[in-house]
Amino acid sequence: MNETRATIRAVLIAGGLLLAFALAGVGMVALTYEQTLERIAENRRLTMLRQLQTVIPPGIYDNRPDQDTLMVRDPTLLGSAGPLTVYRARLDGEPTAAILTVVAPDGYSGNISLLVGVFSDGRLSGVRVISHQETPGLGDAIERERSTWISGFDNRSLEDPPRDGWRVRRDGGEFDHITGATITSRAVIKAVRNALLYFEQHRDTLLDIEAGTSTETSPAKDDGEETEGAARSGD
Amino acid sequence: MATDDARGIVRDGLWTNNPGLVQLLGLCPLLAVSASVVNALTLGLATMLVLLASNVTVSLIRHAVRPEVRIAVFVLIIASFVTTVELVMNAWFHELYLVLGIFIPLIVTNCAILGRAEAFASRNGPAAAALDGLMMGLGFCLVLVALGAMRELLGHGTLLRQAHFLVGDWGRALELRILPFEDGLLLALLPPGAFIGLGLLLALKNVIDGWLERRRTRIAGEHAPVAVGSRLRP
Repeated sequence: MNETRATIRAVLIAGGLLLAFALAGVGMVALTYEQTLERIAENRRLTMLRQLQTVIPPGIYDNRPDQDTLMVRDPTLLGSAGPLTVYRARLDGEPTAAILTVVAPDGYSGNISLLVGVFSDGRLSGVRVISHQETPGLGDAIERERSTWISGFDNRSLEDPPRDGWRVRRDGGEFDHITGATITSRAVIKAVRNALLYFEQHRDTLLDIEAGTSTETSPAKDDGEETEGAARSGD
Repeated sequence: MATDDARGIVRDGLWTNNPGLVQLLGLCPLLAVSASVVNALTLGLATMLVLLASNVTVSLIRHAVRPEVRIAVFVLIIASFVTTVELVMNAWFHELYLVLGIFIPLIVTNCAILGRAEAFASRNGPAAAALDGLMMGLGFCLVLVALGAMRELLGHGTLLRQAHFLVGDWGRALELRILPFEDGLLLALLPPGAFIGLGLLLALKNVIDGWLERRRTRIAGEHAPVAVGSRLRP
């Protein structure tokens, strides 16, 4: 009997100790969480804003693009089954550019998330990679930090090069591929081209809705086939 | 804590019982984030901080914790410190936090930390435990940085690229271009390069150890001619 009581006592002490340390640990983490919460949220916001700033030049907007958003969905052209965010840049209330978040689903290893900035006239203001899992040292040259390749899209449009030219040189197009990462290059070029096609089809929706009315719009056309002979809009 | 003890702890952590080169603990982060000096240094410092804090805490509570639950308590302590470090990094070193990502929470699983708590901190006073944590952490950090330097140098021809993630904007000036190429030996940046690099570091350590041993026996031999020649460790 005494033995049982001793065992129970030992178990209780051990359990109490565990509980005490768990509480102390949770307390410390909770305190740190409280202290850092605001800063972390601010960091996230700034990181998003900084990412947006990399694809649009500073002079063309005076709004807060990260707060002027629209959700769109087009699995074929934007590469994601889920809704994606579009950010708008405005100067004096006039839309000057739209920034699309698109996904290149056919990278070498998994999805490549891109920010594609498009001026209101259909030219690219810039393209940047948000996230990817491409091979370090090869495919990661799509990051602007590592190579200037992604800047090759600046100011391009569906007219420049012509639609047929939106592929790597090896496939008869006008873009260089990244050495050792042809599949990655193809995926990004195709995703940017598709983003431009989407912009062309939904230009008014993407640019013209009033600020602050973030609404879920279902695109007018959902088939979004890559129609090579689609009517070209004159610039 | 006697001076001799302290010297032994320092030598243990940095060389004879180095967590990265001798105990071969914490290889997952060691191999994964050592592609550049800055990444390696950051994870090394974070690990060192956690190791120091956990060692001191474990040492302070070593008489209160019952043996049955000690491992669980140690893990709780380590996990709490790691989460704290993760939150602090997210708040104050956000860019680095984004780069290192999953490897910060994974510090919890670094066996070197639990190993030191169990093998050293739970049996020694706080001062010795603190020194042990600091030295083991420093030893681990140095191996990480050495491996990072090797891989970055061969892969990019630079040292300390992206240092601005760690120290702010002036860090951009810290990047040193040693070799005149941007795309060097790709193998060095890929995971196999980490294994090969670590293997080379291990070999180097063994060569140095062998050389020290030979020199010690030679000196001993000169002073005591009758001493039996000791066999060298391979």
